[in-house]
Amino acid sequence: MYTVPKSRLGRNSAEEPPTASLPSQPEQPGTLSLIPKGKLRTKDSFFADATFRVIVTLSAAALVAIVGLIFYELVSQSHLSISKFGFKFLVRTIWDPVDEDFSALPFIYGTLVSSLVAIVIAVPLSLATALFLTEICPRRLRAVLSLLVELLAAIPSVIYGLWGIFVLAPFLRRYVEPFLANSLGWTGFFGGPKYGFGMLAAGIILAIMILPIISSITREVVRAVPRQQREAALALGATKWEMLRMAVLRNARAGIMGAIILGLGRAFGETMAVTMVIGNRPEIAKSLFAPGYTLASVVANEFTEAFGRVHLSALMEAALILFAITLVVNALAMLLVWSITRGMPSRSIA
Amino acid sequence: MPKPRSQEIHWRRRLSNGLALGSITVGALIVTVPLFLILGTVVIRGLPALNWAFITQMPKPVGETGGGMANAIVGSLEILAVASVIGVPLGIGTGIYLAEYGRNKWGNLVRFTADVLNGVPSIVMGITAWALVVVTQGHFSLLAGAVALGIMMIPVISRTTEEVLLLVPQPIREAAWGLGIPHWRTIVSVIVPTASSGILTSIMLAFARIAGEAAPLMFTALGNVYWNTNLNQPTAALPLLIYEYAKQPYEQLHQQAWAGALVLITLIMLTVITFRWLSGRGAIKGAN
Repeated sequence: MYTVPKSRLGRNSAEEPPTASLPSQPEQPGTLSLIPKGKLRTKDSFFADATFRVIVTLSAAALVAIVGLIFYELVSQSHLSISKFGFKFLVRTIWDPVDEDFSALPFIYGTLVSSLVAIVIAVPLSLATALFLTEICPRRLRAVLSLLVELLAAIPSVIYGLWGIFVLAPFLRRYVEPFLANSLGWTGFFGGPKYGFGMLAAGIILAIMILPIISSITREVVRAVPRQQREAALALGATKWEMLRMAVLRNARAGIMGAIILGLGRAFGETMAVTMVIGNRPEIAKSLFAPGYTLASVVANEFTEAFGRVHLSALMEAALILFAITLVVNALAMLLVWSITRGMPSRSIA
Repeated sequence: MPKPRSQEIHWRRRLSNGLALGSITVGALIVTVPLFLILGTVVIRGLPALNWAFITQMPKPVGETGGGMANAIVGSLEILAVASVIGVPLGIGTGIYLAEYGRNKWGNLVRFTADVLNGVPSIVMGITAWALVVVTQGHFSLLAGAVALGIMMIPVISRTTEEVLLLVPQPIREAAWGLGIPHWRTIVSVIVPTASSGILTSIMLAFARIAGEAAPLMFTALGNVYWNTNLNQPTAALPLLIYEYAKQPYEQLHQQAWAGALVLITLIMLTVITFRWLSGRGAIKGAN
């Protein structure tokens, strides 16, 4: 037993504020080395401790195993297609279930282009939202506005698709596409027949869907910029915008880049809404009005009615490509975001 | 006393300041427009088709009026329940591991993997569940759909749980250890209950995330025109049925799809708003 003199105990606790209660720096659990092990911990509790630790470690290991399993299944199921088409799968434009000749270039193209359109639309808006919420917004409005943005993230993909089919696509066909064709038709990106359904519609829907994730991560990154940086800029006589530009955005740029890339990863993998508005035709066209097809939508549309083993395997390979792209993109984004927010309490990206 | 001219802010800087702040504000307000447009459309188009029959009756063949999505609503709830049985324990277990034992490189590996899993497209999750469960069983099933959705819950729950467990004040742990309580018992009886409302919100967050998913169910739960309560049989789900109906050329089915969307969105919004309300009260008991 330890007997600590009362006076000392009192003085210590008066002098040292309870630093351990700061949530951001929890102490190592298990640092209780003052108590001799053999005396207080009975054998039973030692085994119980070990068992508990094994159980939670196993569930963490299961998480890692699942990701490994996803990769393994995709590779083994697409083996047939990989061995039959090889590298050509990535560079040709033929998708012919009847002749069992497959290649994924139109889908890769559709995935990239629709997501890029989404990024172009979403980035300025979500940066504005993040900056407004962290730097400008009155406190009262902040809770409401951030709830609204969060609700945008909670709308299911299939409802975005429903809205896209019956509201957005007709609107684009009737008003937006004729206008774009007249004013910007000379660029070649806005020409050809106006269906409403196509790359542009998919890009707009995707933009709305990835807005919340980009803005919420940007908010976090911006919040991680030290207060002193802002004060220093203001003290030098900077206007608010100059302060934001020089002190905030400049310091947070790696993290903001990460947020954008993470949004890009989301856009690559989005399935239902895109499938419902993109037009589902495996073509490569310059015009954004033209219908397209993405990796995720071809899997969604054809998987249950695949003709044969080669077809199934080719769809699996499409999914594998999608998985690989999102994996690389997400890993990159995470490293960028972590580089900024490290040292802050961890936050899940939801 | 008027300021000397040299100390005034140049008009060009003032102009760019005003323009920039103005466009930031306008941009932030524009973002809320699609939300109101979408929610408004769902309510306006969904409400007329929503009635008691819609919630209590089975789908009727095209051409016959009436009918509802009762089996899909129940099917969705079944799938979500089974998914939670799979996802919640694994998610909380992983969260405890990360918070209590994971302050090292293995913890970082798990943390990284969880973030990777969070970014895996839902359609890929569906394909994996197909390969794992449907191929093994030989037929589509409720279980396969639940596996796909359950896996999607894990990263959300584990990362949020880790976060709230770390918020539990250190003196509370020390008090428990001071009483000679073993570490596992401290976690189970002291730390987790203290953070329970935070953990609950993480479960609801994950629930809201998967409740509207259709892509992972397409080749797993598949859909069903009848009731199903068997774990091994194909099951109807609300998001799937909305997708099916939206693709059909019949106005009546479109109306049903909007009504289904209204039901689905109400379910999810209620969850999210409850989550906000709970988290507004503080993730840790007694912290606020």
